[in-house]
Amino acid sequence: MERVPILRIGDVLLVSIQIDLQDHIALQLQDDLSQRIVDTGAKGVLIDISALEIVDSFVGRMISTTAAVSRVLDAETVVVGMQPAVAITLVELGLTLQGVRTALDVDRGLALLAQRTGGAATLLAQDDDQPGD
Amino acid sequence: MTSPATETVPHAVQSDADVVRVRQAVRDLAVSAKLSLVDQTKLVTATSELARNTLVYGGGGEVRAALVERAGRIGIEIVFSDDGPGIPDVDLALTDGWTSGSGMGLGLSGTKRLVDEFEIDTAPGAGTRVRILKWKR
Amino acid sequence: MAEGTTNGWPELLRDHRDAVLARWTEAVQSTLAGRMTASESSHDIQEVYDALLAGASGGDQRDVRATSFDGLRALLADLARARARQGFSPTETAVSVFALKDAVLGVLEAGGDAADYRAFADLSRVVDDLGLYMLETYAAARDTVIAEQAETLLELSTPVVKLWDGIVALPLVGTLDSARTQVVMEALLQALVDTGSEHAIIDITGVAAVDTQVAQHLLKTVQAARLLGAECIISGIRPQIAQTVVALGIEFGDIQTKANLSDAMLLAMRRSGLDVVSGRGRG
Repeated sequence: MERVPILRIGDVLLVSIQIDLQDHIALQLQDDLSQRIVDTGAKGVLIDISALEIVDSFVGRMISTTAAVSRVLDAETVVVGMQPAVAITLVELGLTLQGVRTALDVDRGLALLAQRTGGAATLLAQDDDQPGD
Repeated sequence: MTSPATETVPHAVQSDADVVRVRQAVRDLAVSAKLSLVDQTKLVTATSELARNTLVYGGGGEVRAALVERAGRIGIEIVFSDDGPGIPDVDLALTDGWTSGSGMGLGLSGTKRLVDEFEIDTAPGAGTRVRILKWKR
Repeated sequence: MAEGTTNGWPELLRDHRDAVLARWTEAVQSTLAGRMTASESSHDIQEVYDALLAGASGGDQRDVRATSFDGLRALLADLARARARQGFSPTETAVSVFALKDAVLGVLEAGGDAADYRAFADLSRVVDDLGLYMLETYAAARDTVIAEQAETLLELSTPVVKLWDGIVALPLVGTLDSARTQVVMEALLQALVDTGSEHAIIDITGVAAVDTQVAQHLLKTVQAARLLGAECIISGIRPQIAQTVVALGIEFGDIQTKANLSDAMLLAMRRSGLDVVSGRGRG
């Protein structure tokens, strides 16, 4: 079955949700993430939802649950890139995703995670195209 | 509950994939009716919630969506129906009791706020029919 | 054919075309004085006149809703809509049609017979129907204009201002109902994304009254901004507002509030990691 790929950057797990998630795939992602946190000792989880035009209560709960589970596993979760229309809809639905940190984009999300892990997280590895590296 | 949406071809909702398909069909309809982005998002999100209920609580059912026109206004009307067990206490289902994100509440009150018209027809053992309508503003 | 008359009102209009047109145009000109040029109104009047005659020759002379009068109605509808958009009053709009009656009467007074007056009675009824039709169209057009203006007003009155890198301000003026809140939220969120700002200052100095409803709308806006990754500060809280808030038991919770915009800006800058120092005494 389809799975949402989980990338690893240092001790941060990065998930970029690009497709309209079916419920069982969202649940699979939740499981996969918790497993990966344990397997890698990751200290941060970054969920990029900038491509999601719809976030309903199921995905909302998946995100909240992921954040809660991650915290128990000593990792912090940040959700980035929520689209304005999605935010307005979630607020109207009554879903405020309490307990979930948010940031405007991946860069800021990673910066936020770095603060929380006391700078121990190695963020984006040196860019491959930087001269002199 | 009269509904012009009964003339349209129904979308079957028997799986997670069907829920996604219905979302996309409603999105296409909303785009063609030129609803604003926020209104499209609200309508498709409401559709997702109700289609999921049809699947999970209704044991599967069907969704009919159509453009409607009344007194010069254009809107999209969607009917979700199933022959499932029905909702025993509709009033309870319509209260704001589930926003903490932990329970398995039906979340109908939140969904109701996303649309302009919301009607629910249900009884234990008699299935469930939910009709929603969103006007183009 | 109209009953009881040998000629009917179309004949009447045809026979006295120039005289009636002249009087009619003059009557309309005097009501619309200055709002429209003489040549514009005389052109409009002539078109209506000819369309009226064309419609009458097509069939039933008494029913203005008949298909033979489609052309005339379309013409009058266009005129009514144009007048509505130009801001003319209902009277100024309808007079264009009703003045025809006076024009015809004026010509008859100079020498008309009984048959002519019967024809005029029929014409009068037709003109009344046309006048009402014009007013209906005018009213509908006015409603559309008002709705459009309301929408523009809504959009124009929510300017989001960039105060500094990463800090935007949203000065709210007037009332904050749910329709307005919707527009406000959209404008603010889009501005946050477009400018990549993490701080928003919502200034409510210009908000007339803050009750539980308004507080809820503000809360929704703050919650939405938080979902994007931005934090809001509410500023411009007047003493009366603060007292109302307390009296109503409204809790702003963990939303930061400041009395004025400058305090809010200072806070936002500090939160952004900026340090604001006085330049005095530096070489």
